[in-house]
Amino acid sequence: MSTRLSKGGRLIDRSAAVEFTFNGKRLRGFKGDTLAASLLANDQMLVGRSFKYHRARGIVASGAEEPNALVNMGQGARMEPNQRTTTTETFAGLTAHSQNHWPSLEFDVGVINNSFARFLPGGFYYKTFIHPRFAWKHVFEPFIRKSAGLGKAPKEMDSDRYEQAYAFCDVLVVGGGIAGLQAALAAASGGARVIVLEQAPYWGGRAPVDSDVIDGLAAEVWVKNTVEALGKMENVTLRTRCMAAGVYDHGYILAEDRVADHTPGDGRPKKRLWRIRATRIVSATGALERPLSFAGNDIPGVMLASAVRDYVVNWAVSPGDRTVVVTNNDDAYRTAIALKEAGLAVPCIVDARAQANGPLPTQARALGIRIETGKAIAKVKGGKRVTGVSLCMQAGEGAALEDISCDAVAMSGGWSPVVHLWSHCGGKLNWDTAHAMFRPDASRPPISHDGLAMVYPAGAANGALHAAEALADAARAGAAAAGATPITASTAEPREEAALEPVWVMPQGAGVKLKSKMWLDYQNDVKVSDVQLAAREGYESVEHTKRYTTLGMATDQGKLSNINGLAVLAGALNADIPNVGTTTFRPPYTPVTFGALAGEARGEIFQPLRRSPIHAWHEANGAYFEPVGLWRRPYCYTKGGENHAQSIEREINNTRSGVGLLDASTLGKIIVKGPDAGRFLDMLYTNVMSSLGIGKCRYGLMCNENGFLSDDGVVVRLSEDTWLCHTTTGGAERIHGHMEDWLQCEWWDWQVYTANVTEEYAQIAVAGPKSRALLEKLGGMDVSAETLPFMTFTEGTLGGFPVRVFRISFSGELSYELSVPASYGLQLWEKLVEAGAEFGVQPYGTEAMHVMRAEKGFIMIGDETDGTVVPQDLNLGWAISKKKADYLGKRGQERSFLAAPDRWKLAGFETLDGSVIPDGAYIIAPGVNANGQGHTQGRVTSTYYSPTLKKGIAMGLIKGGLTRMDEVVEFTKIGGAPVKAKVVDPVFYDKEGARNNG
Amino acid sequence: MLILECPYCGVHACETELTPGYEAHLKRFGPGSSDDAFEAYMFARKNPKGVHFERWRHAYGCGKWFLAARDTATLEVFGTYPAQSSAPPAELQDKIKAKRPEWKGFQ
Repeated sequence: MSTRLSKGGRLIDRSAAVEFTFNGKRLRGFKGDTLAASLLANDQMLVGRSFKYHRARGIVASGAEEPNALVNMGQGARMEPNQRTTTTETFAGLTAHSQNHWPSLEFDVGVINNSFARFLPGGFYYKTFIHPRFAWKHVFEPFIRKSAGLGKAPKEMDSDRYEQAYAFCDVLVVGGGIAGLQAALAAASGGARVIVLEQAPYWGGRAPVDSDVIDGLAAEVWVKNTVEALGKMENVTLRTRCMAAGVYDHGYILAEDRVADHTPGDGRPKKRLWRIRATRIVSATGALERPLSFAGNDIPGVMLASAVRDYVVNWAVSPGDRTVVVTNNDDAYRTAIALKEAGLAVPCIVDARAQANGPLPTQARALGIRIETGKAIAKVKGGKRVTGVSLCMQAGEGAALEDISCDAVAMSGGWSPVVHLWSHCGGKLNWDTAHAMFRPDASRPPISHDGLAMVYPAGAANGALHAAEALADAARAGAAAAGATPITASTAEPREEAALEPVWVMPQGAGVKLKSKMWLDYQNDVKVSDVQLAAREGYESVEHTKRYTTLGMATDQGKLSNINGLAVLAGALNADIPNVGTTTFRPPYTPVTFGALAGEARGEIFQPLRRSPIHAWHEANGAYFEPVGLWRRPYCYTKGGENHAQSIEREINNTRSGVGLLDASTLGKIIVKGPDAGRFLDMLYTNVMSSLGIGKCRYGLMCNENGFLSDDGVVVRLSEDTWLCHTTTGGAERIHGHMEDWLQCEWWDWQVYTANVTEEYAQIAVAGPKSRALLEKLGGMDVSAETLPFMTFTEGTLGGFPVRVFRISFSGELSYELSVPASYGLQLWEKLVEAGAEFGVQPYGTEAMHVMRAEKGFIMIGDETDGTVVPQDLNLGWAISKKKADYLGKRGQERSFLAAPDRWKLAGFETLDGSVIPDGAYIIAPGVNANGQGHTQGRVTSTYYSPTLKKGIAMGLIKGGLTRMDEVVEFTKIGGAPVKAKVVDPVFYDKEGARNNG
Repeated sequence: MLILECPYCGVHACETELTPGYEAHLKRFGPGSSDDAFEAYMFARKNPKGVHFERWRHAYGCGKWFLAARDTATLEVFGTYPAQSSAPPAELQDKIKAKRPEWKGFQ
């Protein structure tokens, strides 16, 4: 049984008991516990079920590397899946539920998969994709769907808040163990701004557990003193509970700060995402212990030796009364000694090495612990918890020599430096054969903007596993990162340890039966036999093997399994470990919650919204808004019980018969001014703008250099050297950028200035046969056809407002667009509504605008264009100057294929039955392609019901365009028979344009 | 998340303030140019591993376009300079040659 010891526990406060629940069971822990420590203290050895075989799983580790003990934390709006119990602090009222089991943790039906394990080998998913076909649909997919994922996704909106913050420093030290603290001291001594991040709630890392002595002091005391000293330095910031998730280009670091994870509902943000820019980074992230691969190494009670030591020393929790230690190195003897010192039994230390005679084995022997060298664990006995182990010879095939009963197994396969942060931006690794580990290669660091190293590994993360060498290494790294004068490092008493002996499979000659019970990756249920199978099936690359077997995937990303897995793969391929290499280390180091990544960008402030100056009126008058980029524009205004279609029909009829108002403020407005402005616009537009008379308007097309239509709008010449270019609503910023690009980068000697004044003006289209009467009622200027003919503009006062009036029309009706400074927009609109009452004025939205322009055959950028359409395709050749030597897109349009007669070109379409062609429909062509799919000869680009014509109208692109006039073609219709339509002139209404003049 | 110094306003701008404009020092081929020349101008990019000249705009800053010399593999930035340059400044070219002796020049 696992239990709480009566004495000890350096991190817990026995005077502060806290109650929590696990699967509804009320349990008790202490302040300072991790949830894992609390669960073990309550003999909760079984904490979850494995992903694929639903095997019983217990706590393996004591930190971020934990693969098994993941729980659903909290309830309802605070529920969060896949929380590691080993890094979760126990607090009063905590509720946790175990994952991946049905119907219960103790009794799980899915465990039947375990019996069929041989049918679920490595690459199982891929094999099922292939054959037999029916099996995928009816057998495998339902099964995989049911078992996919670990925790449950929360169903309610997260009630917590999250925030993001920025920080800047000269040196960021990641890791608050003795190496991190020493590096911070060295970096800060010269005055550099230093930030130190520690993922745990406490400082010091492993050194206090390992009883290191530094500068003659117990490690715990040295840590306390050093943190105090750093805390007093103004140039140093210290943060615990803050995990550096990733290192990105040029010293950018993301870190997740668990502000109120352990105090939910106290008003503080649950998490804070730090976005840090550091000139240099010290990676003092320590090392992780590796499991050993022996049969049954996943049974609850089998733990890492270092974790067993942590639970005993930090939290006074004993994982078992009788613990067998199995190792290939001296370090694990510390666990045996710690257990013995805590008054617990260690029946045996199983050491795979031939000899164990260093100081630690000698000390263990002196304590009366039995040591078996050259031995291995043949298998672990037990189901939901360990009941014993069988010993065998490491050199043999697993014939049992002896059974030892025990309730826990502490295993150690050596240590791997945490090289994640070193590797994120391309730091390279070397294989250290003597220590059987990958360590950073100082000659191939990740590079920063100045060409110098960006990350400095320090301490155990750099392969300096012992305190004495770690401190010296960290002092060097800290000073180097800060460019500071080196300081004298603290000194630790040296440890004497014999070399480890790499053991990748235990026993080395194990047969397939044993190997199919040796777990490499606990989280993904990948066994030694799976990796060997992958190798036999031809997966030589470690990256391919990872994906084929799922080794090293999911929330732990192989922190425990990667090195063991690739060593097994190397063995199977008969290759050296460094030649097989590692998979790529990618951020985040441990999972970062979506809430922190989103920060405050949710709900109302998910993104900034752009509102016209008249927005409030629209809101108050029944507008239904549609997003256009970041703008919100009225799509239609509903009245009474109307549906949208009815509103749109009413708006169109009212505009065509009376007068309508459209808020056109979102239209892009760019001022182009200067001695060379005309010349510049002639390059930008396909037609000539330099010749435009002052006070005149001209419709223009803009193409990109590739020749394709990019934007359109009316250009107005305001004065001798000033033009106003209208763009589409969505195009204003893009087109302004496009202008600046050519002005700054190509024609930089031309004297032209541009200004995007889109938001400076409100613009209102007053359209309809009664629009002139309405403006005349406002009074102040002559808006008659004689003084202000079509496609002209004037400036003056209208109803007391300073206005620019443009006689332009997108509806086909007599139309004026009034432009006023934005601050007058709402007042002018209200004045028009008031004065227009006698003419029956009504606002109309963007959809009515779209339908009316389609009735007139006017194109819309984004409907009739898609980046592959040249103006000639849209029969807009009239807007392309033949005289100009050059304009942007001219050379592109000269390419022969763009002149091909069989290009898809614009035409109008009318269905034979008056119905509306479905959006996105294609025009069917005879025959099928090699895949049996029908050919096409065009597609619809705009399709509406026209209230004016009382039938469906459409524009579209069809092979040959208007040469196909009067031909009947068929459009596709999903779920119905094809729709027959006749090719017609795309101008459906008022072909002669008489209505423009009222 | 690159940092590039805007040569106009002097701001060390984070990539979030910048928009990319791809390869720098392209020569424009307009009407009358051959199909091959136009194709190369429109589509053929060097895409080197190593020293590269790029256009960037300080879009959420001063709005100016500028040019940057950068190593695409290590992300080392050799320097930035105004867009109104037909060639990288001589001292920048010297600096790159000193750091990358194998570099064959910006064209």
